[in-house]
Amino acid sequence: MNLSKPTAQPRPGVVALRGVSASFATPHGNFEVVREVDLTLGEGEFLCVVGPTGCGKSTLLNLVAGLLSPSAGTVLIDDEPLTGIHPAVGYLFQADALLPWRDALENVALGLRFRGVPRQEAEAEAHAWLQRVGLAGAARRYPHQLSGGMKKRVALAQVLAVNPRILLMDEPLAALDVQTRAQMENQLLRLWAQDRRSVIFITHDLEEAIALGDRVIVMSAGPSSRPVGSHVIDLPRPREVEEIRMTPRFLELQREIWRQLRREVHAGQDGAGGWPA
Amino acid sequence: MRSGKDRLWPWQLALLAVMLLLWHGLTAREILPSFFFGRPLLVWAVLRQWFASGLIYPHLGVTLLETLLAFVCGTLLGILAGMWLGLSPRLARLLDPYVKAVNAMPRVVLAPIFAMWFGLGVGSKVALGITLVFFGVFFNVLQGIREVSPVVLANARLLGASRAQLLRHVYWPAATSWVFSSLHTSVGMAFVGAVVGEYLGSARGVGYLILQAEGVFDINAVIAGIVVLTVCALLLDALVTRVERRLLVWRPTPASTTLAEPR
Repeated sequence: MNLSKPTAQPRPGVVALRGVSASFATPHGNFEVVREVDLTLGEGEFLCVVGPTGCGKSTLLNLVAGLLSPSAGTVLIDDEPLTGIHPAVGYLFQADALLPWRDALENVALGLRFRGVPRQEAEAEAHAWLQRVGLAGAARRYPHQLSGGMKKRVALAQVLAVNPRILLMDEPLAALDVQTRAQMENQLLRLWAQDRRSVIFITHDLEEAIALGDRVIVMSAGPSSRPVGSHVIDLPRPREVEEIRMTPRFLELQREIWRQLRREVHAGQDGAGGWPA
Repeated sequence: MRSGKDRLWPWQLALLAVMLLLWHGLTAREILPSFFFGRPLLVWAVLRQWFASGLIYPHLGVTLLETLLAFVCGTLLGILAGMWLGLSPRLARLLDPYVKAVNAMPRVVLAPIFAMWFGLGVGSKVALGITLVFFGVFFNVLQGIREVSPVVLANARLLGASRAQLLRHVYWPAATSWVFSSLHTSVGMAFVGAVVGEYLGSARGVGYLILQAEGVFDINAVIAGIVVLTVCALLLDALVTRVERRLLVWRPTPASTTLAEPR
């Protein structure tokens, strides 16, 4: 199992944040979302990030995606400082990000088309991906004709179709009902197990983080948030999320991490933290 | 949309018949002076004569040609200008007061100027139609570009879209979908531009026919001209609805639910 301690010689595909801060200008001055974050993502590691609301979890992902420039520090991908969007990085957004004017198949083929793959080839590949997420029958449906869970699976296929080595996921399952969610979590684990991409998975759900991740990072309450804990999840794989939740080791890890997370959640509620109005 | 539940069209036809009968009755007994209000049977006679003799066709052809040209040119210009300003916010802010001023101006008063610039032919009507069509499209496209979801945009960029690909796959469809929502108004505006232009000075067109009839106080011919224009406008509108349904299959219709069957 990959326990992803920062090795002396980081291998390619590794993301590293070195003293990264990010702030936004607001009418009341600078608002610092994250401060001096040090974080390393090992190759093939499934890293989950949890933290209280407004702790800058999404900001962290936007930094790695190159959508946001750090106000201090550097983001390294393959040991090289990140400038803008990196072709090896895929991003599964929390909100709907499918093009509403393209059907499911065209949406999944989109990334390949952008990369210059001819239409037929791209659509054949896209079809294979739709099959893998169990939506081959919905290829010609437009996003508004799909349920929330189906849209998420199309979005997952869309991201995976361009074969990113690094996959960023921002609470992708938060909007789903409990059953659909467990189903998606298992599907996600199965897909991930096939090629073990490096994953940063943001969630507010600690159970989900433990069930999916190799490691769970706890962020402190915002503003000026940073990681305050890193917990290795030594649960065996392959995992079935509903079953693993009942095991003693899972509950033990959950108690341990929750103790830390609870402190931060309370700090976030007591302090004047969170996002500016 | 209107089909479905109960069929209303027999009642709608009946309503039309009642109104025509009322009109006929009131003017036949001169309760309403037929000199000012015309008579339905005489209007019908004028219409039959126009279409039987073929007199109407060249005029109708000119009016429709002007409508079409004004619609196409105005829409294209509106899309281009809207996308350009939508993608360069600084320029949009710079031009903002002028855009507002030109939009606030009652543009029909430009017709005489256009007549001087482009003569009494098709050109001046098309120009007037363009000024009417342009702004509706322009503002819709500008809005469409500004309201492109930042998440959709970020997603496309992360999937590897270049600037040109963003334009083609994200901005353009977003802009044109808003154009379609203003298409009905645009076609109507183009039509108004053509007819008003003809009415203010021309040698051809349905607007010209109406003007001629007014000149000799032939109220029945005036009403006949209005009927022709109204029917044309309705037909154009129906055509737009069909085109719209074909091109906007991706958009949820207000009535349908998320579980609509695939097409």
